[in-house]
Amino acid sequence: MNQPLVRVSALCKKFGALEVLRAVDLDVRRGRVMAVVGPNGAGKTTLIKALLGLTRPDSGEILVNGVRVDGRESYRSRIGYMPQIARYPENLTGAELIAMLENLRGAGVTRDRELVDIFALDSALEKPLRVLSGGTRQKVNAVMAFLFSPELLVLDEPTAGLDPLSSSMLKDKILGARGDGKTVLVTSHVMNELEELADDVAFLLEGRATFVGTLDELKRITGQRTLERAIATMMRRGWIGEAA
Amino acid sequence: MNTILKVLSYQARDVVRSRWLIAYVGFFVLVTDGLLRFSGDPVKAQLSLISVVLFLVPLVSIVFGTVYLYNAREFIELLLAQPVNRRQMYGGVYLGLTIPLALAFVCGLGAPFLFRGIDASNGASLAVLLASGVVLTCIFTAIATLLAIRCEDRLRGLGAAIGIWMLLTVVYDGVVLFILAVFADHSLEHATLGLMLANPIDIARVTMLLRFDGAAMMGYTGAVFLDFFGKAQGALITLAALALWVAAPVMLGLRAFQRKDF
Repeated sequence: MNQPLVRVSALCKKFGALEVLRAVDLDVRRGRVMAVVGPNGAGKTTLIKALLGLTRPDSGEILVNGVRVDGRESYRSRIGYMPQIARYPENLTGAELIAMLENLRGAGVTRDRELVDIFALDSALEKPLRVLSGGTRQKVNAVMAFLFSPELLVLDEPTAGLDPLSSSMLKDKILGARGDGKTVLVTSHVMNELEELADDVAFLLEGRATFVGTLDELKRITGQRTLERAIATMMRRGWIGEAA
Repeated sequence: MNTILKVLSYQARDVVRSRWLIAYVGFFVLVTDGLLRFSGDPVKAQLSLISVVLFLVPLVSIVFGTVYLYNAREFIELLLAQPVNRRQMYGGVYLGLTIPLALAFVCGLGAPFLFRGIDASNGASLAVLLASGVVLTCIFTAIATLLAIRCEDRLRGLGAAIGIWMLLTVVYDGVVLFILAVFADHSLEHATLGLMLANPIDIARVTMLLRFDGAAMMGYTGAVFLDFFGKAQGALITLAALALWVAAPVMLGLRAFQRKDF
């Protein structure tokens, strides 16, 4: 199948007078890792939230597997979401939180608890979430994203707050998922990290997707050798109004 | 339906373990037990508890509810990213907050009575007291839920919560008294009745006072009230008013929740 897993077309969203997304078009291809990059306030999080159905777009549409995202919930069973470092009910344990998600998703899905072992979370999962460090909570977050072996992983700043070892283990897990044919959509402020992970890049600037293509293509267009430099070039060009 | 129960059961677990909820139960146990000891008369203790319930239950329900839901925002987002629908999710969130608070109130106030004996002389009035508290809990957690969904800014939301509580507990009665004083020459019993039905705390107050033959303390107005509430029609209207007070914020909250951009 050559149909992209996610197709975003002419997606617009305003919050009051602020146009956060202005006719964003992009495809997320199957079995690839796409990095969504852009300066703060470029619309990355809004794009992700629209994909998850958390935010309703004003116009345009998002297709997941060819099916329009329009308020029905079943398509989300194919998605694993890892939000930015989040505060969860402080009196629940990690194990309870995971059990709750398993409960909501119902039986019949293969569980992937590999990250619990990789991060050695067994004892931490028995403690209330409020006593866990930010990094440990982020690991619990990661476990929840991968738990149901989803077809599409949506990871918002996945390595924020993780130590180098955990961070590299998580990256291995992400690359492993791609190896299994999963599709990944990832944001990060750490360009070196995305360089390691991404096949494709979507560059958002002021609510527009000014570049969508492969990482190599981006480097070629900008004449830079690293993603960080390439993005810096894009941002400079964007600001003087000659986006690629 | 299933999703409602699942969300409700886990969220309720979280709420029940909260220190504030434990303090809430403890407070009612202490006050109720103290009143029972000092007065030595369950009916007198219940009369004193009326004011405590009218004051504290709405306050705790609306403030705890608002703060809890603002803190749960990211949790709700995570759950909405799962294959669940918003309508059921809303039901789970509202009930997961309301049921533990209502149970805490019933246990805190009911337990001391249970230990000191409930008999025919105070059983019915205790039931009215508990039911009024539960209904007030349902109303004020619904308002809290609505506020937490509608106001992005948590300080404004919390301010509005306290404002609404003050309005219904303190300001409203002041305004009613003012109206009564200004129009003292007119016969206002029916207008008063209408004003009372417009405020859930007043409905609860009158319902409870009438149970304790307190109507005698309210003079002619009391007699009109007694007449009104004593009849089946009055009781039905009262129940309908309370049901509306629960349903209106719950439905408005549901609408806001389904439209909200998280």
